[in-house]
Amino acid sequence: MSLNNTNTLSRINSPKTTYQYDEFDKDFIRERVAEFREQVRRRLEGSLTEEEFRPFRLMNGLYLQLHAYMLRVAIPYGTLTSQQMRRLAEIADRWDKGYGHFTTRQNLQYNWPRLIDTPDILEALAEVDMHAIQTSGNCIRNVTADHFAGVAADEIEDPRPTAEFLRQWSSAHPEFSFLPRKFKIAITGATHDRAATLAHDIGLRLVKNASGEIGYCVIIGGGLGRSPFIGKIIREFVPRSALLAYLEAIMRVYNRYGRRDNKYKARIKILVHEKGIETIRAAVEKEFAAMDHTAFQQDPQEFERVAASFTPPPYEILPSESSKLAKARVETPAFNDFVSVNVSEHKIAGYAIVTVSLKPINGIPGDATSHQMCVLADACDRFGFGELRVSHEQNIILPHVKKDDLFALWQTLDAADLATANAGLVSDIISCPGLDYCSLATARSIPIAQAISQRFSDMARQRRIGKLGIKISGCINACGHHHIGAIGVLGLEKKGQESYQITLGGDPGFSASIGEILGPGVSADQVPEVIEHLVDFYLAERHETEAFIDTWRRLGHARFKDVLRREGEDGADI
Amino acid sequence: MPASRTSYAGREKMALISKGEFVADDWRRLADEEALPENGKIIISLERLDNALKARGANGDIGVIVDNTLEIDKLIPVLAKLGLIAIAFPSFADGRGFSLARLVRRAGYRGELRASGRLLADQYAHALGCGFDTVEIPDDLAQRQNETQWRSASKTHQRTYQRGYLSSGSILDARRKAMQ
Repeated sequence: MSLNNTNTLSRINSPKTTYQYDEFDKDFIRERVAEFREQVRRRLEGSLTEEEFRPFRLMNGLYLQLHAYMLRVAIPYGTLTSQQMRRLAEIADRWDKGYGHFTTRQNLQYNWPRLIDTPDILEALAEVDMHAIQTSGNCIRNVTADHFAGVAADEIEDPRPTAEFLRQWSSAHPEFSFLPRKFKIAITGATHDRAATLAHDIGLRLVKNASGEIGYCVIIGGGLGRSPFIGKIIREFVPRSALLAYLEAIMRVYNRYGRRDNKYKARIKILVHEKGIETIRAAVEKEFAAMDHTAFQQDPQEFERVAASFTPPPYEILPSESSKLAKARVETPAFNDFVSVNVSEHKIAGYAIVTVSLKPINGIPGDATSHQMCVLADACDRFGFGELRVSHEQNIILPHVKKDDLFALWQTLDAADLATANAGLVSDIISCPGLDYCSLATARSIPIAQAISQRFSDMARQRRIGKLGIKISGCINACGHHHIGAIGVLGLEKKGQESYQITLGGDPGFSASIGEILGPGVSADQVPEVIEHLVDFYLAERHETEAFIDTWRRLGHARFKDVLRREGEDGADI
Repeated sequence: MPASRTSYAGREKMALISKGEFVADDWRRLADEEALPENGKIIISLERLDNALKARGANGDIGVIVDNTLEIDKLIPVLAKLGLIAIAFPSFADGRGFSLARLVRRAGYRGELRASGRLLADQYAHALGCGFDTVEIPDDLAQRQNETQWRSASKTHQRTYQRGYLSSGSILDARRKAMQ
């Protein structure tokens, strides 16, 4: 069963700005779909028990959630063509409930697929060179990258060729598919870390060494979850030709020595923490030296082949300022707000990067309807060379829009409820699905996000507050990244009641830090009020344009704690 | 019906898979309390290996079963004397045996390498890719996952992205060939 109207819908002359699957890549994912179809059949006939089937359905992105199965589709390095976005919409309509949920790991989740339909869904994905391979399970997960890759003004090199190179290397790995625990890799090529490389099992940063050669700074052992750790540098510089070999050495050390006696202590961050980074570094270097490197000799040429796919779109030569844009900003205040908040600097003159917020006031963070997906696909065909990005903030990016076209794009987005001008602001909340969907959750997340965004629904006030990341997780597994939110909210369950722990001072960037707990947990309906008090205190204390995290670092945690204590004495029950 | 035999201390019947087929096993697993026979292919624990090699000499009739946590250094001095190395898989979810197999092959071992435990047909390609020749599974599993399933599992991963693993070939090599 397949969907086949996508090609006719897609703009034929859309340039190829991302990796193009060749026949070998296509064969590979078709083979995986056929394998999974057979596994589903064998599960239903009883050849595989549920316990045995589990790792294979997880490796194909299929979870068993609270109410139903959930299918997590990979959007490697967050890059998506208009054709692929349309296919995601078609799948949502045909096999799900007409919407999907974009996650913090550049994946898309369908919340209501039937097991029996899953092979057909995977086949429909394979037709547009997509898959759900390794979006779950104890294996190397979908590799994530900076969502501004290739267009950011602060970039050393586009990280996506490396991410694709790693996607291929890590797919169906004969040796590393039954690891102690899941394994997440993120990569950035910029001088600002938009990929949270310090919060991953492996973080990679493209760097230049003294002789100008490009290579990778390799970070290991970061992670959130119930024991958060900031990653540590294992090697400052790994040349590109040695990257896969070096990563294989890390994986082998982890596969052999990572703990398997306790799933909560099985991530590489615990191995690094318990043995110490020096011991792990020595073990990795020893393995790296002992390895047979002949298997990697073709890596540089293969990397070049992959990288050649990522061609820049045919940009026009444009003046850096657009009078059309300037005029529209004066005439339409709402558009002006959108440009101030959701539009970022592009490396090419006359172009801009547009963030489409999936966080409307009172909405569900990261959710998009099939109609919205189609609007985004059409919009990027019309205004953005047919390319989209998914950010780990759960928003959609149009990476190359002419400044002259911004107003027309905004009108299109506005008509589909996609023009919320809150990118990076206090209502651009990262949230996991929480107790509304997830079987791990101990509390609701989505209603908390909705209540906070309601509380700050005055957009002028949001802009006055400025960039401020609130991140909400519905349990200690921390899918909502609360540890690295300037304000983090963690939903727990205490004596049958939801209780929310608030943390301050988390930072996902190069100066990464884990947030500190503010005090005892508060109830669901108190969370917006507590956050409002904290924000008001920050506004009163900040120096000019100082960010929340910097004010917090300058004043210290205790001052923020005091705010709540004082407010509590004033009658608020905190 | 799979060919089966009484294994290790007679506790569990095992089926042996080689090249996608259930085959008879000409090796016998010796229980620790069982006396060393004068001849015949036997698989023993690592603790008994030195004595057995001394008693019978290295004629390729002695094999060893090891835990997946073994440090390869312990095996290197005797590698050339062994006719078989079996690596235990305590559960199908425990992938340490795959890495140990790679290390055993890297150390130059050319004899039979056997995965022993509750490995699933779905992991056959992984096992072959990491250098195993044979897989031995408990009989109850072999009843559910029959020879047909293992035979087709040996063909489910035609090509892998990774180079240097034993399989029908890497995608990279096939690509290079196609480009020439």
